[in-house]
Amino acid sequence: MISAVIRTGWLNLRRDRAALMLSFIVPIVFFSIFAGIFGAQRSKTPRVTLAIADEDQSERSKQLIDALRAESALKIVQSKKDDPKKFDAKSAEAYVRKGDAPVALVIPKGFANWKLSFRGNAEQPAFRLLADSADPIADQVVNGMLQKTIMTSMPEVMIDSGVDEVDKISGGLTPQQRASIQQSMDQYKAFRAQPKSKKASTGELIKITKTDIMGENKANVVVALYAAGIGVMFLLFTASNAGGALLEENESGTLDRILTTRVSFTTLLLGKLGYLWTLGLMQLCVMFLWGAFVFKLDLFHHLAGFFMMAIPTTFCTSAFGLLLASVCRTRAQLNAISTLVVLTISALGGSMFPRFLMPEKLQKAGLVLFNSWALDGFTNVFWREAPLQSLLLPMAVLVGFGIVFFAGARQLIKRWEVA
Amino acid sequence: MHPIEIDSVVKSFNGRRALDGVTLSLGQGEVLGLLGPNGAGKSTLVRTIMGRVRPDSGDVRIFGKPAPAGDNVARAEVGIVPQEIALYPNLSSFENLTVFGRYLGLKGAALDEAIARALTWSALIDRAGEAIKNFSGGMKRRLNMAAGVLHRPKVLLLDEPTVGVDPQSRERIYQMIEGLKADGTSLVYTTHYMEEAERLCNRVAIIDHGKIIAEGTKDELVRATVGEKREVVMVEKVPTLESVFLHLTGRELRE
Repeated sequence: MISAVIRTGWLNLRRDRAALMLSFIVPIVFFSIFAGIFGAQRSKTPRVTLAIADEDQSERSKQLIDALRAESALKIVQSKKDDPKKFDAKSAEAYVRKGDAPVALVIPKGFANWKLSFRGNAEQPAFRLLADSADPIADQVVNGMLQKTIMTSMPEVMIDSGVDEVDKISGGLTPQQRASIQQSMDQYKAFRAQPKSKKASTGELIKITKTDIMGENKANVVVALYAAGIGVMFLLFTASNAGGALLEENESGTLDRILTTRVSFTTLLLGKLGYLWTLGLMQLCVMFLWGAFVFKLDLFHHLAGFFMMAIPTTFCTSAFGLLLASVCRTRAQLNAISTLVVLTISALGGSMFPRFLMPEKLQKAGLVLFNSWALDGFTNVFWREAPLQSLLLPMAVLVGFGIVFFAGARQLIKRWEVA
Repeated sequence: MHPIEIDSVVKSFNGRRALDGVTLSLGQGEVLGLLGPNGAGKSTLVRTIMGRVRPDSGDVRIFGKPAPAGDNVARAEVGIVPQEIALYPNLSSFENLTVFGRYLGLKGAALDEAIARALTWSALIDRAGEAIKNFSGGMKRRLNMAAGVLHRPKVLLLDEPTVGVDPQSRERIYQMIEGLKADGTSLVYTTHYMEEAERLCNRVAIIDHGKIIAEGTKDELVRATVGEKREVVMVEKVPTLESVFLHLTGRELRE
């Protein structure tokens, strides 16, 4: 009897393409996507793009930049693409704000005369790291690489500084000198034991201050970054699910009845698009309001940007939902295909894992997906706080995608028009 | 001028001829029964009249005017009652009728009046607010009909409106159809139930293999097929429309 039940289950599964797809194809696709994202990162050290502003312009600072350039973990950028003018602190910060690099290093003026200090010399000019904390790893990598590079690639600095320090501390090792060494060591220990400032984390022997130029004023950086990702993914699920009403109407004969009234197919599709659009917009508003009230997402200072992105995004996801429905023949088929498609493009588009942490190839490939543009736009609004003009390109791309999706759906649905 | 005229309509699907030169007309105020075994071409013919099937050749005219497929303006006076329960199950009777009334171009007081009339006609006025997914088969069938007559069409196509309903609901549906008949609505009525056709239809057309193989009143059909002589012999068993139907189409199972 048990074997009969098992056999029945397998027979049914064999004839249910949707269930087969969910059982075998979807897991393989997802495995491949995430293996692509994470596997590529583990196979070698991810390269961090580091913008450098050299305020010292000395031989020593050039030597440091060359040494950093030799590090395989770093990709050094000293000017914008096609712009010969090298970064200063301001333009390097703008470069990070725009999202072109996760971190910038400002080599301070006076670095050429810089001395190693075991006592945390307050007058010593500090290296400044200007970081986008959306990438929590990049500034730490740069910090470590900077320490290591100075220690290993600039030994004369270490020797000069070390000799000076010993000369300063020992004084011929008289009892007083011993006491002085002890005192200095005590000071050093005390210095080490000092708590790190919130804004400035001090490096070990090298003074480095870090400024989080993107996330410093945001109450909850994770929410600001992920609200759009999750929002857009669920917009896609909602749109494809609601678009399936068209299939149900076809299966139940309701579509036939509607098309014998004064409603034409184009009118019907436009009506469906309008419904999905308003539904999506409402869904996104509810989600961001929830984020604002519960997770302190700064929605109310970004309302214009929010609506500039939400309107074309929901238009595009609605048209995409109709396109998915028009490709399928049954509701069951739609459920299977939409699950596969929505999860796949959400993974590649950055809903599940930030695009800027993906391998460069995947980042570039993601630009063919409309949801990548939506997420980039929302990131510009809530994370980068970029000017509204920066939203025009993602808006135009989303509207373009939406029109193409709608036209595609209209064309595919012709098969239902008249037999 | 006939409400519906079908002239030499041919339609094939994947090389199989579903309609093979069908010529038929519906008279003013007439109830035309369209009978045929499964797969004979009834639904294709009804969908052709509805404008949902484009004939390969031949014409459909409604009140004398050409009505090509997809031309709903030409079919403004035609109402449809599909075989399926073509309604929204989560909506109430009232909401369903509102939706389809609007699709049919009704609004304001005219829509309210049409909905009230349709609910009364279908004996669902007391259940107007309930989601129809909780209705019995008979109630759904009645509402399915009500949604087809909201705009008071002069011609109504009824595609097997009594499938799967109990005798009481069926009786109510007959009364509804007789009410339409009394109002002068012309009806095309497809069914597998011969007693329905006998009771409701003025004239019957029998379709098989995509062709109209017989057409006329019940008496005309009996005379032309079973024959009057047999009527005398079969005194104890009066010939019925069913016997005519089976004589014409045979007893073998089609599918």
